[in-house]
Amino acid sequence: MTSMTLNAGAAVPAQDKPNSATDLSNKPATESTSVKTQEDIAETVGSPFCDEAKLRMRNVNVFYGESQAIHDVSLDIGRNQVVAMIGPSGCGKSTFLRCLNRMNDTIEGCRVEGDLTLDGEAIYGPKVDVVPLRARVGMVFQKPNPFPKSIYDNVAYGPKIHGIASRRAELDEIVENSLRRAGLWNEVKDRLDKPGTGLSGGQQQRLCIARAIAVSPEVILMDEPCSALDPIATARIEELIHELRENYTIAIVTHSMQQAARVSQRTAYFHLGKLVEVNDTETVFTNPEHDLTEAYITGRFG
Amino acid sequence: MTDLTQSNLTQEQVRERIESRLASRHRKEKIFRGFGIASIAFGILAVVVLFTDIISKGSSAFVQTDIELNVTYDPAVLGIDSVDDESLAWANFDAVIRNALRERFPEVSGRRDKRELYSLVSNGAGFELRERLQQNPALLGKSETLWFNADDDVDTYVKSLSKSEEGFLGRTSEQKAEWIKSLLATGELEKRFNTTFFTNGDSREPEQAGIRAALMGSLFTLLVTLALSFPIGVAAAIYLEEFAPKNRWTDLIEVNINNLAAVPSIVFGLLGLAIFINFFELPRSAPLVGGLVLTLMTLPTIIISSRAALKSVPPSIREAAMGMGASRMQVVLHHVLPLAMPGMLTGAIIGMAQALGETAPLLMIGMVAFIVDVPHGITDPSTVLPVQIFLWADSPERAFVERTSAAIMVLLAVLITMNTCAVWLRKKLERRW
Repeated sequence: MTSMTLNAGAAVPAQDKPNSATDLSNKPATESTSVKTQEDIAETVGSPFCDEAKLRMRNVNVFYGESQAIHDVSLDIGRNQVVAMIGPSGCGKSTFLRCLNRMNDTIEGCRVEGDLTLDGEAIYGPKVDVVPLRARVGMVFQKPNPFPKSIYDNVAYGPKIHGIASRRAELDEIVENSLRRAGLWNEVKDRLDKPGTGLSGGQQQRLCIARAIAVSPEVILMDEPCSALDPIATARIEELIHELRENYTIAIVTHSMQQAARVSQRTAYFHLGKLVEVNDTETVFTNPEHDLTEAYITGRFG
Repeated sequence: MTDLTQSNLTQEQVRERIESRLASRHRKEKIFRGFGIASIAFGILAVVVLFTDIISKGSSAFVQTDIELNVTYDPAVLGIDSVDDESLAWANFDAVIRNALRERFPEVSGRRDKRELYSLVSNGAGFELRERLQQNPALLGKSETLWFNADDDVDTYVKSLSKSEEGFLGRTSEQKAEWIKSLLATGELEKRFNTTFFTNGDSREPEQAGIRAALMGSLFTLLVTLALSFPIGVAAAIYLEEFAPKNRWTDLIEVNINNLAAVPSIVFGLLGLAIFINFFELPRSAPLVGGLVLTLMTLPTIIISSRAALKSVPPSIREAAMGMGASRMQVVLHHVLPLAMPGMLTGAIIGMAQALGETAPLLMIGMVAFIVDVPHGITDPSTVLPVQIFLWADSPERAFVERTSAAIMVLLAVLITMNTCAVWLRKKLERRW
């Protein structure tokens, strides 16, 4: 946890939420940990904003038909930063993550409101093409989902459809580099033509990461990437996240608080569709501001 | 923290209760399994009975009684002096056959007996001779020994001889039976492989009737059906499953497609008659119209099975491709379609098999016609295998009974081949994930 670029003091701009400071200081003090209803979570505590924001989300609301899944969430994700999103099941963290590359578009009846920007460009603008957006914001899913093709074709797929490589040699190089960076090259270099589905679960997930970074995205979204993996494979992925941070901005949803503590610089705690607390990871896990966060990380519910 | 203590049962009592029920549980399972085995056995029995019946009745149609005759291409008898198309057209080849028969049985006299004698040979023999002379003009004036199809009554009698001493006389007179027996004794009458059955079209004479025309008609009809229904069906399924918004309109379309799958096929025949023949004035009895009608009939099947195949593609594959920034079309073409293809092909081939066996709608558009010439294209008048079976089953001649069964065998062979192709294609294209 060395290079933290966030500024806890200036986190909640007064012009945005003039009354937030007083609200926040009162609520956690007076209420017990039985506070679990949406109405009781008034504002996000901690420091949801940062200076060098790669992704900037303001007042995001997400609806599935009539029901609202995300309530007025504002959050910044800084450049080359790993932000972990934690929270009990169904709290909306995956839904929120999927807003960032518009994967929610494919879900029938899903509606997203609010301002979401990537490098200042609106993600949900009327003229935004999701194809280049998703090339810039890659995604790794909960369950390893390599294509039923060869390992080579899995990694080469992105560069191929986006026309990144012009020659075969160039494509070979991209595939090798991506697999190297995903820490998978040595294990698969002799069987690139074998199906990607024949790999072990951990290898498959690293293949999916290699596939995602093959198109050189700026942001990588990870939706519980280790939930289907054993501890050793998990450790490898976590190492990988550390290495990837140098070049990519990463948002990771996880159910494992240890993992959030290990890989992220900032942690966002979601509860019932609301963003309860955002702080640097150390603060969240050692000295949480909101007592809901404290209740969750100490295992009193969730 | 509530457990067995609440119901005041000791562990022993509980175990006793479980054991007392155990026997009846096992019995029920056995009965259940027995039912399964019984139904499978019944199915197998039905298939065995069906096949035995058809094969026992139809296998004899693949041989045909032939008669050996020494024919002389006598220009005087033929009434021609040179071999050219015009003279061949009216040359009297039947007289040549009659002469040959009189030579073989010189003792026969009297009009009636002679007519009886002439009916030993199929009346198509003259055409065979004409063809032979047309191909070899040098034969004029010479003589040679040839095998001709015997008449169907002779054929029926000869085949029945192998089953019983007496044989089935039917329309065969005692005298004729004597001649047949003498010819059999000298080897001039013989059962040979029935090539006519595979090379000819329909005929009023059973010994000249073949399934070639119906087989080709079926083939052309199926080609038209496949060429139209597979692309249209798959495109419709892909649009409905992958692109169409889920709203009241698509629900309506879906309900209607399901309804169409249940519409009696004769209704499609009427529709085809009204639209394709009466309005668009396409030729009647043609495989083109037959194929169009069968396309209407098989489309719902193909759409439904293709949609099922598309639905069975794991959504994770779609998500993965979309997450990579693939456009919707790329997701479908690169990932979903290859995975759904085996299922789609299976559905298409089942639809084709259904179309192959369909009779009713084709009756409405005139494919029930008596077709002698083998069709050479999709606009030639033709019939199809099931209609041919229907026509033969209706014929009074006894020799058509075995031909009906033989045609059923051919139809079943085509069906089994198609289904085998379906299984093979599915195995070949199937990919695991």
